[in-house]
Amino acid sequence: MRELSLNILDIAQNSVAAGASRVEIEVREDTAERTLLIRISDNGCGMSEETLRRVQDPFYTTRTTRKVGMGIPLFKMAAEMTGGSFSIASEVGKGTVVTALFRTDSIDFTPLGDAESSVCALVTMNENINFVYRRRLDENEFVFSSDEIKEVLDGVPLNEPSVAKWIGEYLTEHAESLRLTASPENQGGQSEA
Amino acid sequence: MKSIEELKAIRDKARAQMNIREENEDGNIRVVVGMATCGIAAGARPVLNAFVDEIAKRGLHNVFVAQTGCIGLCQFEPIVEVMVPGQEKVTYCKMTPEKAVRVVTDHIVNGQPVAEFTIGEATK
Repeated sequence: MRELSLNILDIAQNSVAAGASRVEIEVREDTAERTLLIRISDNGCGMSEETLRRVQDPFYTTRTTRKVGMGIPLFKMAAEMTGGSFSIASEVGKGTVVTALFRTDSIDFTPLGDAESSVCALVTMNENINFVYRRRLDENEFVFSSDEIKEVLDGVPLNEPSVAKWIGEYLTEHAESLRLTASPENQGGQSEA
Repeated sequence: MKSIEELKAIRDKARAQMNIREENEDGNIRVVVGMATCGIAAGARPVLNAFVDEIAKRGLHNVFVAQTGCIGLCQFEPIVEVMVPGQEKVTYCKMTPEKAVRVVTDHIVNGQPVAEFTIGEATK
């Protein structure tokens, strides 16, 4: 994966497959700590302890068409090679939480890339799931919920191309504004890094 | 900055066109993009965005973009299937945003599938 945002898209597809009705995607950047936290939580079917143990193994998959499952192992590797950490918690019937912490000053840190594009793809392709997206940069936060958009749309589908385009642009503009409103002190910290 | 007001205007416009479309429900064209780990790693996301953008730009209201999982042909990803009612499904492989634009213009708008991008051509 060339960008961590692609891992987000990939891992969130597991939540979709788990039959979740609510998926929360959190992207939290801390300039002073030089960390990036990505968390994907869902209220899907969850996993048994046995499955949970095996899911980090690339040669394990629940699929029958092939023998490998690379999604979780790739994400885990991307986090651990920066000196960060990875964890996955799950309970049958309750849901799953995947958390990855990256050290952004590591030479092996994969850039986040276009996280909003991933969120947009997930939101518009899954009409029946409420996606909550939290993007945080230090003390500034932007929260998006697909249920709020659905309320405005009042029956017009999220995958209507003109709607999908608006959602993508809306997400991008709000994420950019976080960067613009970041305090000068933090921006200074970033340029030093 | 994009506003909710703008979204309301898009909604009203889309709804007006949907009313026409509903009379002809079976006439919808479906574009399905493979979005499993293999597809995403190969570049499916920009391909999906290119389809959505081009379809929105041309105001095509009878075309829907959807996603699917891995169909077991990972080496040909990004894979896109185009389903036009009454015609055989066309499977495109190793797609790029540029190829996506051509599929919209040649296949979806003008009804001429782009043979050179198809999986049949790639496996020859």
